[in-house]
Amino acid sequence: MSAQHPSASAISTAHFNGSGAAAVLAASSGSFLLAVLAILADQSGAIKSFMIFSKATGPLSGVTTCAIVAWLTAWLVLHLRWKRRNLVLRRVNLIAFVLLALGVLLTFPPIADLF
Amino acid sequence: MEFTSRGLWTMIHGMGFGALYLMACSGALVELYRRYSRRNNAPVADADETFLRFYLIAMAVLAWLTVLTGAYVIYPWYRAVPPPGISNLTAFPQRLLMSNPSTSAWHSIGMEWKEHVAWIAPISITMAAYVAVRYGRNLKNHPELRAAVVGFVWTSLIAAAIAGFFGAMLNKNAPVAGGETIHFIPGGHL
Repeated sequence: MSAQHPSASAISTAHFNGSGAAAVLAASSGSFLLAVLAILADQSGAIKSFMIFSKATGPLSGVTTCAIVAWLTAWLVLHLRWKRRNLVLRRVNLIAFVLLALGVLLTFPPIADLF
Repeated sequence: MEFTSRGLWTMIHGMGFGALYLMACSGALVELYRRYSRRNNAPVADADETFLRFYLIAMAVLAWLTVLTGAYVIYPWYRAVPPPGISNLTAFPQRLLMSNPSTSAWHSIGMEWKEHVAWIAPISITMAAYVAVRYGRNLKNHPELRAAVVGFVWTSLIAAAIAGFFGAMLNKNAPVAGGETIHFIPGGHL
């Protein structure tokens, strides 16, 4: 009984795009947040100090750890909410790629320094 | 032939994990296009499905190894602060680059961009690997999800290429060196 249920569940949820959409949106949000945290740590001395999780690596350690924790948390929350739903993926993809592009652009120092 | 331990770690990070990841990205893109193109109506074989899953998982592992060794093994050596009174900055790459106006932008733009943008690569490829594992051959029935996977693999490739390019240039202008000397082949034998 227990051997059959997981695979049956996996087959049925694979028909929904919700868990895929959750992964897409969470990954793009995490990338965007990484860039935002990097800018905040660069602009604010207090945030920079707070982000030093590892003395040897400096604020980069906190920026990346916080972004990863936020990404995984968002992923888990969205997955639990969406795993048995079919979403309009075109809209999710559009938001995701805007966030992803912003994530890449905002890590570029001449753009990050505008803020 | 000898390396310093720091130089060896830099090679493992850049030429081992990083370069291998960049090559793997192009392989993943070719495989995704070949398998899921609209013109390809053939069903996805079991072996192909398993291969793509393991390939993307291996890429995700490689991407995480690259950023983690970069941030926690090499970056501390790169950003080390020299003690007061030191004039030879060879062992302090960041300070060496910043000490000369003709090389300072390699740090202020190159390293500052690389150290952050590189993390987008493992995040993106982890998402792609998860979707490939979860949906498998069903990905053929989810064209928009497939498009997202391809887009994220492209983004991952771009992020890794930016990091790889600046990593190579930084190491060319101010190599991370020092530590224990490792002898591979003694001189005078050829």
